[in-house]
Amino acid sequence: MLSVCERSADMSTRLAKQGRLIDRTKQIVFTFNGRSMLGYPGDTLASALLANDQMLVGRSFKYHRPRGLVASGSEEPNALVGLGAGERFEPNQRATTTELFEGLAAQSQNHWPSLEFDVGILNSKLFSRVLTAGFYYKMFIHPKPFWKHVYEPFIRQSAGLGKAPDKELKDADTYEHFYFFADVVIVGGGVAGLQAAKTAAASGAKVLLMEQNAHWGGRAPVDGGTIDGMEAEAWVTKTLDELRAMENVTLRDRMMGAGVYDHGYLLGYERLTDHDPSKGGPRHRLWRIRTKQIITACGAIERPLSFAGNDVPGVMLASAMRDYVVNWGVTPGKRVVVATNNDDAYRTALILQKAGVEIACILDARRLGGGALAAEARAAGIRVEDGRAIAKVADGKRVTKVAICLQDGDGQSIEEIAADAVAMSGGWSPVVHLWSHCGGKLTWDDTQAHFRPDPTRAPISHDGKAFVVTAGTSSGPLELSAVLTDAAQAGATAAQGAGFPAQTADPASAETMPETPMEPVWLMPANADIQHRMKSWLDYQNDVKVSDVQLAAREGFESVEHTKRYTTLGMATDQGKLSNINGLAILADTLGSEIPQVGTTTFRPPYHPISMGAIGGEARGDVFQPLRKTPMYDWHDTNGADWEPVGHWRRPFTFLRDGETVQEAVNREVKNTRENLGLLDASTLGKLVVKGPDAGKFLDMMYTNMMSNLKIGKCRYGLMCSENGFLMDDGVVARVDDDTWLCHTTTGGADRIHAHMEEWLQTEWWDMQVYVANVTEQFAQIAVVGPNARKVLEKLGGMDVSKEALPFMEWRDGDIGGFKARAYRISFSGELSYEIAVAASEGQAFWDALMEAGKEFGVMPYGTEGLHILRAEKGFIMIGDETDGTVIPQDLGLNWALSKKKDDYLGKRAHLRSHMADPDRWKLVGLETVDGSVLPDGAYAVGNGVNGNGQKNTIGRVTSTYFSSNLNRGIAMGLVKQGPKRMGEVISFPGTDGKIYEAKIVDPVFYDKDGEKQNV
Amino acid sequence: MSNAVSVLNGASFTGLAEVKDAGLVGMITLRGDLASKSLAKAVKECTGCAIPGIRKVTQADGTTVVWMSPDELLIVTAYQDVDAKVDALSTALTGAHALVVNVSDARAMFTVSGSGAREVLAKVAPVDFAADQFVPGGFRRTRLAQVAGAFWLDTDACFNIVCFRSVGQYVFDLLTTSADANAEVGVY
Repeated sequence: MLSVCERSADMSTRLAKQGRLIDRTKQIVFTFNGRSMLGYPGDTLASALLANDQMLVGRSFKYHRPRGLVASGSEEPNALVGLGAGERFEPNQRATTTELFEGLAAQSQNHWPSLEFDVGILNSKLFSRVLTAGFYYKMFIHPKPFWKHVYEPFIRQSAGLGKAPDKELKDADTYEHFYFFADVVIVGGGVAGLQAAKTAAASGAKVLLMEQNAHWGGRAPVDGGTIDGMEAEAWVTKTLDELRAMENVTLRDRMMGAGVYDHGYLLGYERLTDHDPSKGGPRHRLWRIRTKQIITACGAIERPLSFAGNDVPGVMLASAMRDYVVNWGVTPGKRVVVATNNDDAYRTALILQKAGVEIACILDARRLGGGALAAEARAAGIRVEDGRAIAKVADGKRVTKVAICLQDGDGQSIEEIAADAVAMSGGWSPVVHLWSHCGGKLTWDDTQAHFRPDPTRAPISHDGKAFVVTAGTSSGPLELSAVLTDAAQAGATAAQGAGFPAQTADPASAETMPETPMEPVWLMPANADIQHRMKSWLDYQNDVKVSDVQLAAREGFESVEHTKRYTTLGMATDQGKLSNINGLAILADTLGSEIPQVGTTTFRPPYHPISMGAIGGEARGDVFQPLRKTPMYDWHDTNGADWEPVGHWRRPFTFLRDGETVQEAVNREVKNTRENLGLLDASTLGKLVVKGPDAGKFLDMMYTNMMSNLKIGKCRYGLMCSENGFLMDDGVVARVDDDTWLCHTTTGGADRIHAHMEEWLQTEWWDMQVYVANVTEQFAQIAVVGPNARKVLEKLGGMDVSKEALPFMEWRDGDIGGFKARAYRISFSGELSYEIAVAASEGQAFWDALMEAGKEFGVMPYGTEGLHILRAEKGFIMIGDETDGTVIPQDLGLNWALSKKKDDYLGKRAHLRSHMADPDRWKLVGLETVDGSVLPDGAYAVGNGVNGNGQKNTIGRVTSTYFSSNLNRGIAMGLVKQGPKRMGEVISFPGTDGKIYEAKIVDPVFYDKDGEKQNV
Repeated sequence: MSNAVSVLNGASFTGLAEVKDAGLVGMITLRGDLASKSLAKAVKECTGCAIPGIRKVTQADGTTVVWMSPDELLIVTAYQDVDAKVDALSTALTGAHALVVNVSDARAMFTVSGSGAREVLAKVAPVDFAADQFVPGGFRRTRLAQVAGAFWLDTDACFNIVCFRSVGQYVFDLLTTSADANAEVGVY
């Protein structure tokens, strides 16, 4: 027997034969915990570890128990590893779904100091009585210090699976999204998926078939049987060839159906380079698919059996064990015990025996045992015991011996068998996740003892019709011929549902061994005592045992959702793929209820964890977020711009010169603008053209002041309020011609106010003849500001910009220095100021011309901070500083801008509300610190007394605060209760720095109150 | 005119597809009643094109008329012809309720061409690019990853992409990222 093994000394090893997925002609070197190992192309990390006798792959979450591989696919709960290093390190990767590649480096997780020797294992002895169901909930109500000083440090040190990647490093890989449209999408490329695709594609529907693994055909090539008279694998190859030849079929492997969402939206997670990181291009691609119909052909997952020691390394699902033998030529042991409640597990025994592995015994929990497969096993000389169970697998780092008992008993051992691996099978549960994501309901199948999709309660789309169909084992049937029939029917149903002609479901014919019915076994043995139940694991990853669920039930947790959260059953990264049904069966039994009455927890996407990179797609680095750039962006960038984000725009906060601090640069710019000439890139300001016979009437409703009577060629500052009366935007409006106005908005208001106008026009005043166009980006707009503003424009030459030809608050079209321009005589600084708009494509050239011509006039660009200080010196409000969505124009002393002539405008009625007219409202004032210092931004002024919470009463707050280099002191604006009536009063602003700032209430206009400087 | 520069000044990239800054392109927004005969006549006289159907473009003599919404067209023409066309349209539509405005400089335009063009765009826009679904003359006003965008397909298998000027660099980077030669999907 041992002679068939390559290395007879090892217990888990590569077999000399078998392994349909591996290529034995080439070896791959990889490492596990730094130890060098060998594998073959086609191996998964899991199969390669087993081939290297690495049975122990990790430690459990709570008790740090040694754990080995249980499964062979995405349902694996234990074998989570850290993969890669540095910029490519990723924790919690499943060994069973990780394809082996040259140089793969994996580390086991959740152990200290080493995998072989772990201190935390003591937890299991010391704390298994403490860390029971609801531990966290119970501890939280104990005295606080006990939690903080005793439990939390302990839990924090021992909890957690993989390590987070280094926060200083960036993922070296790239990712992308891909939008795709199909009529029918089939998830799962096993024989059912292939059959369903064939039938659906025959209708002419556009079909996408995806398979999460690198190989097609699912379990059928392992499990045997014939399809259309040929071996399953041959049929798979033939069908794939047929599908590939069809133009309306797209096949993708290494792509998992991650989630099903409303109205036929589906996410496909394609892993492009995980199996070969040396390959260039994106690592993962997230397919965002719109389809008319979805077929889930995701197969079924085998259930573990709950017996004592079912988590000892070497205890494996029976199907996984034969997968390792057939697919990868690896056996996890030399002498195997099989425990089952169904006929299917006999296949494992037969396959293993044929591969040269000794089957110590088959324990069939059914009193009457199995059928034809059992007979075949007996005929092959295998010892088969009916009505028998595993009493206990001895603790340790791998299986050494198995105690046998009666299934109907309490666990009293009647025999001990030496074995190094155990194959278990508790029956099969269809993969119902994708069916359930969007509301598909389940029904309990008594014969198979599993939940299966209920086709009468399918997920429905916008038209009330089902848009998900299940196929094959995903529907419930486990027998090959029934699987193919169901799949062909699913293909026909989906094609028809997608609007294609009805197809005759013409399934391939199949032959397999007949099977006798399984019998549910939720606890092994049925009357196991507490000592056994405390060692019977339901959820391997979160360390939840039969006794925990029973305790939860006794403590009153009747809802399966509550029990899940109380015990953490099914809450780990495998989302309970193995534990779910077993757990709720135990819960039902303890509650004296039926399983269908207890029901399942909710299945949520993704089916299996997907990478954060795939979710982000291409959005990283330069394209992480769109940056909006003005036409002069590059000039600013090369001339010292200290960037400030303003929405998605980047605007220069200031232009730094060598050796300057930001504050020094700002002071220089502000002073220079008042004394010489400043240039501001004002291109980001919103510009909305409003045109039509009713445009004047419309604008009179949008603005609080009158716009319809504005004369052509003139500008007016306007305020906009929301329906509730709150100030939402401001800006200068220019009358362009008889029925056209140009409305300037704030930078942040361009899109918002455009949408606001369209909303009123489309939903309320649809009878008004008005069109609005957002021309914000058509123009580069430059503010030319300061005593020398006119001189520089006159030097450039062209249109007349004199006081007489272009008075304050007027605009003219013309030519400046050869540029077609529109010049507005408006000022947000209090200086002589022009805003010149030129075509955006000519913006940089015009800026260059101004810089060149301005040299002799002391030209200097200034940034947004300069803009803010200049306006604050003049007491001009700023939307977003002086307003915050709760401020009305009256609060800011802007009553002059509220028309009394107009019958109505947005906000007018709201201003009549008692709270809006309250004389106690906080109102705008200027604030001057007593010592000339700068008030902290956002600081609150405190008054007398305290409120109901014992906090000091507040009487105002700072809305804008700056150092003014022109006035050589701090200046601020704020909203203060009855502020304008309290001029000269000194109020206190406690800072977060512990200092109390004393400030005098003054007029908000600090500079040139009469406006003489701007009007020259 | 010599001062005018398009957002990426003619930059180009070749990967799965060729991505190019189309340079300065004239664009006119026309809002009005698309069903009116006088508007159709004005558009025809000015551009040689008929009013396009929903999500379609019409083309004649180097000018493309794009359906933008039930009451909006975009006229795409030579940059230097825009002022004249704006004047002509405005004059032709005197008395009608319509808005004609030059938006040439508010936009960036790119072309994406070559066999991989459909896949490159399918990575950034939620649109069905299958050859039997997105046909020459077809148009979508949609999004390009995180920003607004629109595109139509010429008869010579070239996609013309329009976005706002301020995000021109983002869209160019987005398209070149998607056109990475190693990132072929292989479905179109």
